[in-house]
Parts: sequence; structure tokens; C-alpha cells
Amino acid sequence: MVVEQDDTMPVRGSDDVVRVRQAVRARAIAAGFSLVDQTKIITAASEIARNTVDYGGGGSVRMEVLRDGRRSGVRLTFTDHGPGIPDLALAQTDGFTSGHGLGLGLTGARRLSNEFDIVSTPGAGTIVTLARWK
Amino acid sequence: MSEIPVLKIRDILLVSIQIDMHDRLALQLQDDLTTRIVRDRARGVMIDISALDIVDSFIGRMLNNIAAMSRVLDAVTVVVGMRPAVAITLVELGLTLTGVRTALNVDKGLALIDALVDGEEGAGGRRAG
Repeated sequence: MVVEQDDTMPVRGSDDVVRVRQAVRARAIAAGFSLVDQTKIITAASEIARNTVDYGGGGSVRMEVLRDGRRSGVRLTFTDHGPGIPDLALAQTDGFTSGHGLGLGLTGARRLSNEFDIVSTPGAGTIVTLARWK
Repeated sequence: MSEIPVLKIRDILLVSIQIDMHDRLALQLQDDLTTRIVRDRARGVMIDISALDIVDSFIGRMLNNIAAMSRVLDAVTVVVGMRPAVAITLVELGLTLTGVRTALNVDKGLALIDALVDGEEGAGGRRAG
């Protein structure tokens, strides 16, 4: 697998959530995604970026454009050093929310991704990795 | 006031969201619209999202809230112009937009607001008190 682009940007406030959406769109276009696939990964990125800001106290996102033989993809890794998620199973239940949202952030982003992984250590932070392939 | 203009056309408020909104701006729009419904005695609110290339759960919640608040204030909300890719993504995200009426474009949205408002009047007019 070849990494064609690899950048990291901060995710600290709601303005950054907008910037992440725009950066992810540029990478999805670079990977040759269809409009629907672009929309899906941008939406997933928006959900996770907001979680990073609202629950993780801010962090960063690493954005990679990948090529694996004939297929290309975009992988996003969101890292924060916030309080972590004590009950991952519960947090990934539709409708569960600890904040003011609809509780669709994690579950929705998972449905919009081809690969989705979350590692959280209470007191240390959360890493969410998601990828979508063309 | 938010950076998103709210236009009044007869007794309808029209909002066309042309920018990628950050969350605070979405909340501001929600507040502005609620205030304007009362101040302008609006019967309908039309929100054009044809320029939005995504609707995530936050914007979805804003649309739901605007619809709910306008209902309480005796106005109907219609969301128009959703792009097909956005509609597909919304369903997969799990966002159902319960309570939000939609129409394909501004023209059909106006007709829908007229029908909904007339329907109410036919059923006894604007609710008293």
C-alpha cells in the first residue's frame, strides 16, 4: 500500500471542524471518490472531529490518501488526550449521548466508513481511525 | 444577527444557507429564526440547503429544532433543495429528520407551505390563544 499524501491538522474548535471537512473533501477528490463517497467520508469526519472538540478537549487529525493496487482510499486518524470513553460499547449504541447531540456521532460515522476502529483509555484519551475506499 | 440573512416574503421567512456553517453559527441561525417568526408573525419558514454539500448530525439537529420551535409558534417549516448525495448519506448516518417537511425546490416548498397553512385554516383557522 502506498501513502500518497499524509498531513496532520489541529482539531481544537468548531472552526477547525469546518476546516477538517474542507481538507477531507480535497483528499477524497484526490483519491478519485464519487460525489456520494465524498459526502459520506466528509460527514463521518465532521462527526468525529466534533467529538474530538466537544468530548476530547481538542486534538488533531492525520489524513492519508492511500493507494493499494487499483483501489484508493482516505484514512483519517483523530487523536485527543481527553478523558477517554469509559464504556465503549455503550458509546457505540445508536441514540446514546453524554452531551447535547442526537447520539449518532460514533455509530453514524461507523456506518459511513468501510473501516472503523476506536481505542480509548480513560484518563489518557481516544484515537478514532476510519477509512473509506473507492 | 447571524451572518446568514433571513428574508421575509409576505408571511414566509426564507433562509438560504450558502456557507459551510460552524456549529455556533447554526445555533445562531436557530435563535434568529425563532425570534423572527414571532416578530414578523410568519406562518412559514423555508430553509434552502441546496448549497450544502453535507448535513451532519449537528445541522440535522438544528433543522429538527427549527421545525419543532416553529410548530410551537404556529408556523410550518419546509427544508428544500437537499442534494441526492446528502440524502443518501443522511439515511446511512441514521438521521431521520422526523417532523421536518421537505420539498425538492423553493417553488415546490412555497406550494407546500401554502397547502399546509391553508389546510390548518380550513380546519379551524389559526389557533386562538
